[in-house]
Amino acid sequence: MTNASPLARYKLRLRRKRMLWRGFRSRRALTEVANRTAAIKPGEILLFACLRNEALRLPYFLEYYRALGVSQFLIVENDSDDGTREMLADATDVSLWTTPASYKASRFGMDWLTWLLRRYGHGHWTVTADADELLVYPDHDTRDLRELTAWMDQRGQVMMGAFMLDMYPKGPPDDQEYHAGQDPCEVLQWFDAYGYWVQRQPKMGNLWLQGGPRARCFFADEPDRAPTLNKIPLVKWHRSYAYVNSTHNALPAWLNATFDEGGVEKVNGVLLHTKFLPGTADRARMEHGRREHFYNADLYDGYYTALAENPDLWCTNSTLYTGWKQLEALRLMSRGGW
Amino acid sequence: MSVGIVMLVHTAFGRAEQSARHWAAAGCPVVIHVDKAVPRVRYDAFVAALADVPDLKFSKRYRCEWGTWGIVAASQAASELMLNSFADVQHVYLASGSCLPLRPVEELIEYLADRPNVDFIESATTSEVPWTVGGLDMERFTLRFPFSWRRNRYLFDRYVALQRRLKVKRKVPNDLEPHMGSQWWCLSRRTLSSILKDPDRMVYERYFKRVWIPDESYFQTLSRQYAVKIESRSLTLSKFDFQGKPHIFYDDHLQLLRRSDCFVARKIWPHADRLYEAFLTDAAGAMKKTEPNPGKIDRIFSKAVERRIRGRAGLYMQSRFPNEDWENGVTAAPYSMFQGFTELFEDFETWLARATGARVHGHLFAPDRVEFAEGQSAINGALSDSPTLRDYNPEAFLTNLIWNTRGERQCFQFGPDDNQRINWRVAKDPNAQISVITGAWAIPLFKSNFNFADIRSIAAQLQKNESDHMDVLRSTYAKARIRIWTMAEFIEAPMEPLQGILDEIGRTKLRRLSEAPRMVDLSGFGQFLQNLKNQGMHPYMMGDFPVEHGFETPQEKPRKPYLVR
Repeated sequence: MTNASPLARYKLRLRRKRMLWRGFRSRRALTEVANRTAAIKPGEILLFACLRNEALRLPYFLEYYRALGVSQFLIVENDSDDGTREMLADATDVSLWTTPASYKASRFGMDWLTWLLRRYGHGHWTVTADADELLVYPDHDTRDLRELTAWMDQRGQVMMGAFMLDMYPKGPPDDQEYHAGQDPCEVLQWFDAYGYWVQRQPKMGNLWLQGGPRARCFFADEPDRAPTLNKIPLVKWHRSYAYVNSTHNALPAWLNATFDEGGVEKVNGVLLHTKFLPGTADRARMEHGRREHFYNADLYDGYYTALAENPDLWCTNSTLYTGWKQLEALRLMSRGGW
Repeated sequence: MSVGIVMLVHTAFGRAEQSARHWAAAGCPVVIHVDKAVPRVRYDAFVAALADVPDLKFSKRYRCEWGTWGIVAASQAASELMLNSFADVQHVYLASGSCLPLRPVEELIEYLADRPNVDFIESATTSEVPWTVGGLDMERFTLRFPFSWRRNRYLFDRYVALQRRLKVKRKVPNDLEPHMGSQWWCLSRRTLSSILKDPDRMVYERYFKRVWIPDESYFQTLSRQYAVKIESRSLTLSKFDFQGKPHIFYDDHLQLLRRSDCFVARKIWPHADRLYEAFLTDAAGAMKKTEPNPGKIDRIFSKAVERRIRGRAGLYMQSRFPNEDWENGVTAAPYSMFQGFTELFEDFETWLARATGARVHGHLFAPDRVEFAEGQSAINGALSDSPTLRDYNPEAFLTNLIWNTRGERQCFQFGPDDNQRINWRVAKDPNAQISVITGAWAIPLFKSNFNFADIRSIAAQLQKNESDHMDVLRSTYAKARIRIWTMAEFIEAPMEPLQGILDEIGRTKLRRLSEAPRMVDLSGFGQFLQNLKNQGMHPYMMGDFPVEHGFETPQEKPRKPYLVR
């Protein structure tokens, strides 16, 4: 990690400063709807998210992370029209900002979150997750994030990596039924247990994990475009940190060392990705039209077209999800010493 | 007769209060030491909260930093107060605020009353303990440690290095043999007062103040001087992980702790409501009179520790991405790679599957298709047959395949026309069994209908690939089980090598090899090679092949499988 040349390290430093500066500038784009940050006490766990039109997933999302020990949600709501904003403004543990600005121009929301993280996250354990990501880790059903973070504090570990696992239903997503507040895993019961590949990205020292149903169904011909599945959602934040590319990697580069190079295992989680709930096809059409989700959106035309056709991701090799123990046995996550 | 509880507290005062009340309710006098680092206000509130408890005292406060003398000083002061204030205390039990009594206190009192002269203190000589952190074992006692390991790691390390260079060697006073052990002990009044009233106490103190982690050695060493009978174990169940950090018990450890039969456990997570509720609401359960049995818990923890230290072989993931050669196994299970066999034998794959029960794939790394066994399009969970996906990261494809199918032996065909990127990975993998018949790639060309000019250039390329691959296999870094024959060599006596390969795969049905695979008809092959030579290409990988029709063994009765022995 640290064996990069001084010049390369300095470039990364400049890049991190640039991210922080962009975040600082983007603060003006945010309009405060409800600021309850005064109620944050030292040592509390905070969740940061940037989202748009998530009224369907939010009720369960909030409930899930509350139960995991998150004390306050700091959320940027971007241009929603489905009642997301009203829902969030009413919750007593949500601080809400809203913005009509371009999602793409703000590095897919990361500039806004960089600012909020810097302003409110410093010194706290922070979860940064999208509304369709639910964090699980070994023993998450009996030990919440307070336990996990205290354990990591004791060992001087400041971040935990997570593997983004695409969950999908048997049958096309739009043929399923899901109501707000329901556990998405009751509908999205299946996942790919195998078929992921991993490589190192030397520049920032992070891993690059790809594969899974989306690679299998949509990117079989151009695997290098398959979605990235490694994330670093849990970080004890410091105001000098910055996420670079969504939460896939961060700077300073040592934050990306979520894995162990010596051959042992480090504690790691899985983000259950609930993208494929009913409404996937509409959403794909809309996102495709907005062209806000990829820098070179043209290259993903095929992906969106395929998504808009309400595809069935299920295959005979799909695995039924039964809980974290299964994910650990399948090596999709590890408990390390935890 | 009773047991006095000395409690060292520095945080989680609510829980400390709860357990102090629990001890006191069972009639145990309690002396509490609160870390000096705790603010006055917090301390006063804690004292006030416990004001109504009889037989509970607070001792003089010391600053307790991990690894320093403060913890010993605190234990000394609190123990003195205990012995002086409560005359009928026969044993003193050292506990912390995050200790949780697992069995009714009466059981502990009775257990100790039955063993009035026994001291329970883990105490072993330095050469016999495996758990020293940081490589300091005997040096804990022979060097000086004025700098904090937590706050001044740099100075700590430099000063250790300097002393090593200067060959500093402190002498242990009165030639005591240093002993070490868990800092949580239970000593009899007799032993404890002897230590505290020792005429040489100041000498020992001066010495131990500069010892590294004296709370693990001061009482452990001195109790050896006075004890009538030492039980070298701690009555407190406390686990450490491989980094020397105490393991924390959570709510989900309830059943585990129940089964341990230990009297006290630490450290308990302060928010573990279920644990506190289960163990502190007085269990009216019958006296069990069982010996504490931490062994049950040990087994569970050693498994987790081993996984942390060694990792699962063949695992490449978010949590584990070993550098090359650090893998503890490149792949998860043994597998076989065959080169040239399926070309030389007409039915090699089906024959091998029949003879071994293994899963036999075709050319997994073929340029146009992943030839999974039985023409499957995907295997065990979405490992697809798309060559693009495979070639994107062929090493991962292989390690994934072996991981996904663990429990079933995998065999696959390989050749110089396949993706060569995995050659090093396989050659360096001790799980790989590689068998090569060099030059057999020429057989499909020989049977083909291509223009001879094309055949010549294809042959040149394949020969080069194979030759490079053989260099890899013959390199000193190769760790696989490798067997290489030239084609000429092999067809002279094919049964012996085949038997050897099957024996090594091992899980053969225990009978002897009775049925051989059918070799292709090679008549005219020598002439074919000669033609290549005449065209200026030099085919050498197949070994010395008789030109013309000099070699015709297999063609006599080509359709009949032959028997051996």
